[in-house]
Amino acid sequence: MKKLMLGNEAIARGAYEAGVKVSSAYPGTPSTEINENIAKYKEIYAEWAPNEKVAVEVALGAAVSGVRAMACMKHVGLNVAADPVYTASYTGVNAGLVIVSADDPGMHSSQNEQDTRMIAKAAHVPCFDPSNSQECKDFMRIALEISEKYDTPCILRVTTRIAHARTVVELADRVEPENKPYVKNKKFISMPANMIGRHVEVEKREIALAEEASSMPINRIEMRDKSLGVITSGAAYNYVREALPNASVLKLGLVYPLPKDLIIEFANQVDELVIIEDMEPFFEEAIKSWGIKCYGKEKTGVLGELFAAKIAKEFADKEVEEVEFEDLPARPPVLCPGCPHRPLFYVLNKLKLTVCSDIGCYTLGALPPLNAVDTCVCMGASIGMAHGFEKALGREQAKKTVAVLGDSTFSHSGMTGLLNMVYNRSTGTVIIADNSITGMTGHQHNPSSGYDIHGNSAPQVDFEKLCRAMGINDVHVVDPFDIKLMEKTIREALAKDELSVIISKSPCALIIKQTEQPYYSDTDVCKKCYMCMKIGCPAIQKKAEGGVKVDETLCFGCGLCASVCPFGAMKNE
Amino acid sequence: MFNIVIVGVGGQGTLLASKLLGDIGLSLGYDVRVSEVHGMSQRGGSVITYVRLSNDAPLYSALVEYGEADIILAFESLEALRALPYLKKGGKLIVNTQEIPPMPVIVGAAEYPKNILEKLKESADVYATNATEIAVECGTAKAANVVLLGMLSKHLPFTYEAWIDAIKRNVKPQFVDINILAFNKGREA
Repeated sequence: MKKLMLGNEAIARGAYEAGVKVSSAYPGTPSTEINENIAKYKEIYAEWAPNEKVAVEVALGAAVSGVRAMACMKHVGLNVAADPVYTASYTGVNAGLVIVSADDPGMHSSQNEQDTRMIAKAAHVPCFDPSNSQECKDFMRIALEISEKYDTPCILRVTTRIAHARTVVELADRVEPENKPYVKNKKFISMPANMIGRHVEVEKREIALAEEASSMPINRIEMRDKSLGVITSGAAYNYVREALPNASVLKLGLVYPLPKDLIIEFANQVDELVIIEDMEPFFEEAIKSWGIKCYGKEKTGVLGELFAAKIAKEFADKEVEEVEFEDLPARPPVLCPGCPHRPLFYVLNKLKLTVCSDIGCYTLGALPPLNAVDTCVCMGASIGMAHGFEKALGREQAKKTVAVLGDSTFSHSGMTGLLNMVYNRSTGTVIIADNSITGMTGHQHNPSSGYDIHGNSAPQVDFEKLCRAMGINDVHVVDPFDIKLMEKTIREALAKDELSVIISKSPCALIIKQTEQPYYSDTDVCKKCYMCMKIGCPAIQKKAEGGVKVDETLCFGCGLCASVCPFGAMKNE
Repeated sequence: MFNIVIVGVGGQGTLLASKLLGDIGLSLGYDVRVSEVHGMSQRGGSVITYVRLSNDAPLYSALVEYGEADIILAFESLEALRALPYLKKGGKLIVNTQEIPPMPVIVGAAEYPKNILEKLKESADVYATNATEIAVECGTAKAANVVLLGMLSKHLPFTYEAWIDAIKRNVKPQFVDINILAFNKGREA
């Protein structure tokens, strides 16, 4: 049966067909839909883990115990999970283990353009790079087989244009593999004496796999016109086929370790050798280091995504018409109407604080008119950075600095930073923007939502009790829509010579759904002071003739505009 | 081969439109590529989706690049203007005349462009209607995407029955009737 599938959906299907039994993941664009689709297969145990490191450890435990397992994450999640990945490369896996890492060239929804292939090489872990949904499914099975054959975790790397593209997939049935027996083995204990021997095995394994790679069907030569030969993989292969239809191509499916013999064979058959790859010059540097003449990155660069017109221009001398762009108003993403982060960031902006923020919807508090964010680096960094500000500049700085992070981000990487603040006598203020969901990636459940990946009721962490148990006495739970109380609580927390945590608790507007009566501006009362425009609500617009109007189809009825209006002109009755 | 670019504002239902187009293509034996946008840009930002359908030349890339779109399906006026560089010379542009001001306009840092329809008509074969109003008449503003698909259906060689079947496959059963109504109104618009 043929089905149109998102790359991520096809990875899940591949895992299903290949008999994966355990999958753990933390959501992150462009990887989120993999585990969401895994959860639809009742044969696979699926869970959201609090972070990627835990997800890999869960999957590793499952694999070592004898069942096929996987963990899924976005590229920066692989950094969080790097510790177990690097050492699992030494310990080996028993049953197949695949770690899916989704790169985001062009940074559609990410903070950097890091290339997972570099981590695969550094960790000595095989890495696969599919070009469409059918390959996403097929490579998942092949990666599990290679994982078992060579006793190593494998990385399946996808990029945004593969993960989020729908192409046709031929479905097959699930083949349930026998569980591999678990036998106690010192190779699973990463003590130096054991790992010295394991490193030898890692080297042997890599050489053996590189040899096999030259005969693997997923690394294939497509001989056409021999005047130009292209080595490529993943999404770049698609652009090469469209831009240079007559060129000979060596398409790589296994991108680490590289099939050296096959590459030399191909290089010898073509007049000119070009390497076309998204992101880093990963193939190019390796191939040049073997003394093979080639080029690529000097033409394509490392910034952003490749596309066919760029390749046609650089390698086929094709005239590309300059695109004229009109100077149009940008449409950046915004906090939704009714979003509980809006009142919080309105107050933070009003108090003119230094705000160390974090990764989530609330990063949008950085944009005008809220303009209330100073830093945002990685999951959990808000807490460590606010602490750094305090320790560098002293108590006075702590009186005007807050860390802000969401509930899911706090569970992911906030708790250790907060414990550091407790232990090292911080007097700072941490605000947990608790909307009880992982919002930006599309509403995945987490330890603070009260539900599991299937939407079934699950234990819900009590942040107030957790903070008190860590040794923090000054803990407050405040509804952010009560902006007077929020402002007072923040002011008092900053003034106190002790560590404070404020839990700003109100559910995500997109999950409450029931909308209150929409507001309108009473033109007889409105004094045109435009205080209501300072909250940055997409439902409120300035009228050409002066004053404002509320778009009642967008208004959520949260009443924040009424709270900030000094004249009581915003009404909903 | 058809290259179609769908643009709009995050939350307007562009994903259902692209999914439905891909599905109808597959059901009629076309090769299909649909490239979607997820994540950050869905929070009220500009969104763009590419749909490629072919029953002759093989397809590889899931992107439609500048100057390659046969048809642009725009859910919002400003986004139609923004998408114009994607259109082939003489290509068709189907646009919902609804205007949604972006945040820079709301805060007064920019102005919403005037006379968008006239500008579009300078370089495209334009089919414009207020799909949101039609959808509201059908019972829900959310069906504006299907009204636009109804308009699009007149420019693609698929039978009416194929469209209706695709709607039935991709819409929850309780919303099928209202979506077929919206599709028909779009076809008449």
